[in-house]
Amino acid sequence: MKQSKLIAPHPHPRPGAGLLVGSLRSIIVWRSRALLALVCLMTSLASSLVSAGVKIEHWVAPSGAKVYFVEARVLPILDVQIDFAAGGAFVAAGKAGVAGLTRGMLETGAGALDEEAIAGRLVDIGARLGGGADSDRASVSLRTLVSRTEREAALELMRTVLSAPTFPQAALEREKARTIAGIREAETRPDAIAGKRFAAAIYPDHPYGVSPTVETVSAISRDDLADFHRRHYGAKGAVVSIIGDVSRAEAEAIAQRLTEALPAGGGALVPPPVKMPQRATIKIPHPAAQSHVHVGLPAISRGDADYFPLLVGNYTLGGGGFVSRLMKEVREKRGYAYSVYSYVAPRKLEGPFEIGLQTKREQVDDALKVVNEVLTDYIAKGPTPQELAAAKKNMVDGLALRMDSNAKLLGYLSAIGFHGLPLSYLDDFAGKVKAVTVEQIRAAFARHVKAENLVTVVVAAD
Amino acid sequence: MRSLRILAEAPISPFRQRLPNPYMRSSFAAIALLAVAALPAPTLANPYETKLANGLRVIVKEDPRAPTAVHMVWYRAGSMDEKDGTSGVAHVLEHLMFKGTRTLKSGEFNKRVAEAGGRDNAFTSRDYTAYFQIVPKAALPEMMKLEADRMANLTLDAKEFAAEIKVVMEERRLRTDDNPQGLVHEALNSTLFQAHPYRRPVIGWMDDLEHMTWQDARDWYRQWYAPNNAYVVVVGDVDHREVFRLAQKYYGAYKSKALPERKPQNEPEQAGIRRVSVKAPAKLPYLAMAWKAPKLRDVQKDRDPYALEVLAAILDGHDASRFSKNLVRGSRIAQSAGAGYDGSLRGEATFTLDGQPAEGKTIAELEAALRAELKRVQDEGVSAEELARVKTQSIAAQTYKRDSLMAQAMEIGGMEASGLNWRDIDTLLEKLKTVTAEEVQAVAKKYFTDDTLSIAVLDPQPIEQSKPRKPSGAVRH
Repeated sequence: MKQSKLIAPHPHPRPGAGLLVGSLRSIIVWRSRALLALVCLMTSLASSLVSAGVKIEHWVAPSGAKVYFVEARVLPILDVQIDFAAGGAFVAAGKAGVAGLTRGMLETGAGALDEEAIAGRLVDIGARLGGGADSDRASVSLRTLVSRTEREAALELMRTVLSAPTFPQAALEREKARTIAGIREAETRPDAIAGKRFAAAIYPDHPYGVSPTVETVSAISRDDLADFHRRHYGAKGAVVSIIGDVSRAEAEAIAQRLTEALPAGGGALVPPPVKMPQRATIKIPHPAAQSHVHVGLPAISRGDADYFPLLVGNYTLGGGGFVSRLMKEVREKRGYAYSVYSYVAPRKLEGPFEIGLQTKREQVDDALKVVNEVLTDYIAKGPTPQELAAAKKNMVDGLALRMDSNAKLLGYLSAIGFHGLPLSYLDDFAGKVKAVTVEQIRAAFARHVKAENLVTVVVAAD
Repeated sequence: MRSLRILAEAPISPFRQRLPNPYMRSSFAAIALLAVAALPAPTLANPYETKLANGLRVIVKEDPRAPTAVHMVWYRAGSMDEKDGTSGVAHVLEHLMFKGTRTLKSGEFNKRVAEAGGRDNAFTSRDYTAYFQIVPKAALPEMMKLEADRMANLTLDAKEFAAEIKVVMEERRLRTDDNPQGLVHEALNSTLFQAHPYRRPVIGWMDDLEHMTWQDARDWYRQWYAPNNAYVVVVGDVDHREVFRLAQKYYGAYKSKALPERKPQNEPEQAGIRRVSVKAPAKLPYLAMAWKAPKLRDVQKDRDPYALEVLAAILDGHDASRFSKNLVRGSRIAQSAGAGYDGSLRGEATFTLDGQPAEGKTIAELEAALRAELKRVQDEGVSAEELARVKTQSIAAQTYKRDSLMAQAMEIGGMEASGLNWRDIDTLLEKLKTVTAEEVQAVAKKYFTDDTLSIAVLDPQPIEQSKPRKPSGAVRH
């Protein structure tokens, strides 16, 4: 049923999924988007969770796919997600848009089914297919009732969509047109302009910085998608995450069934190395009432030993919602912004550290000055012992609520699998957070957030 | 379209504009706020309800899946209770509720929640204002104590207000002034409703925000924040008797208050189509159409609201719905198209259609296509298969919802906020299942006349030719 009560509903947490169109009335106004944000950001990065009681089983299916499984018997539901190293970072130069279109078009035709048949079957069994593509990965996720008829039909559909997409020409032309219309629309929006320019500026000459354009999308052919699927959706590179009301034996059969017919390709792939940007300030004209500001740089990759110091340190700087320094200085004290935050988002290679805010254009210089002072001071001194203790308390005590649903756990399973994190990641989390010292935070920020590489992008600058 | 089918690496469709990363992450809000009619839950004794002597109702749903709990307080005071000249005050007060109380310093509330490992937030709608914390269950008593404290002991002062009103103005710029579709929705509401308070935006008119005083916020607080104008919802790994006891201990201390009179402010009957257009920097035009519609008053006897809910789902409830199939995929007239009906509210209901024309198509063509879809239902009705799909979707959603404590708490709270009773959550689902094809066709014929229609369109302007809101100097790259 359509929900229509929200002002800013985002039905999907994934980058690439989006706003619900029909939310017509501006009915609910949240106190803070950043706070919601924080929680879900942490969730999606599997950066904060926990421990006791979650038993993750892992094996490699005969197909070669890596499988991560949690048996959860309370609700009669099943969640499955398959991740591939098939994000934008693996797309050839000049082909930006291929990763997203390949993922998005899986449901427009597969095996003997056309898109109406696929959509109809899903609806008839009450199942949901989701997912998307970001810079590193492409995901396909399924939620279904666990009753046999529904589950069988849902898994069969997922298998077909993953293994035998047909990329129909007519659907491709339509989706290219929609994508191009979307790009042109985004080129008018200050937040979209700022995001794209920021990515391009901090990732010069790197696929992490490339966004699809009208030209690149126009040039994409059916063969490009089929080829990308063949090379990047292979069983050997696949990570299958399963949680729900099924046994280990059933999960084994499910994983094999979903991956046995995948293309032969796939395997360890790494995007080209990231080059550090030079310090720069980029100002872009726009008539908006507010300037949109991003400050940041490529910071850290998954598996880096400095991850926990940066993560814990960022809580105090701008990750901890209303208790963060940026929120206090920029919003609470001066009223400069509704939303101001910082985050660290590790990727396969160096993912971004970013500070963001929007503020009335006349005061953007003042707001930026405050941001830079807070950041400089924090890099030099790190948190106070009291701040560090508070950060740890929130992150450790809050673990329980970061993994209190199958949906959240599924996100962690897929992150652990995709990034090759240890199976004990959740169990170790609290210990790693507790072990972080002020000195480690200062050292980590000094290593990963260097002033000489910080890029500032301001859209709607005077 | 219910779910967008293309997921590009950089979000690129108009509805997937590149938001700063954290903005993409408020998904749980969307899940939590699903229309109440769609998501009933099986109930026996659970949930449990009690009422304190001061009028505060406490509703507890025990769900021991994880060692966590959601605690919410809902006040029956939203923007519809505001007066002209102080629009937005309900929401401004919501912001100020995080400042100090007689015993708690400003900012301390958030700090306590954070240190408990929890998270908290609040939201304001036309009908209500609500506050919540999600915490490890051991922290529930402290949350109830904190929330009860600010029900009565808020210390409002001019200095805190002066900083916070600026934050709210920034929020308005972000949500509405720089958001073309936000501007269109605001224009549509103020056209569609002329007497009813739903005509005012929840965030408030900018001019009203600029002239608001801390005393306006204080007055609002004194008038509406009372135990007899609120209810508490707790869902999680809790014992309801213990929650009742804590509620008595913390909330039971306050006296009930005489509340201001709520006048009906009914909208006079509309007689003739209304159109409004908004110019803003954008590329694609946007169209929103809203018809006056009945709301749900008597869950047992009413029929039309259920039929309208089913109609909305058939048009735009899922990926195989008519708008996706016919307008986005089939004729390719629409870049996107949606339908919405919410009959569970305190004020007046509408049925809405909206969308963006595909490139090369016009607003007029999209409007004609949306009307043609309505006409098809009027002339030919809907199929048994379509009805069955709506039911299947509802039943699946009912099960999936149990994966989220917040969704369950929101369902109870939202139901109560609209003046219905949480005990009727199941009834709504059962009633939805009884809707017939004939009833859907009948409501399609009955309510979609031009006499009660209002239409708002976005007239996109090139950004190069749009002026900044204030004069500005030369721009450097």
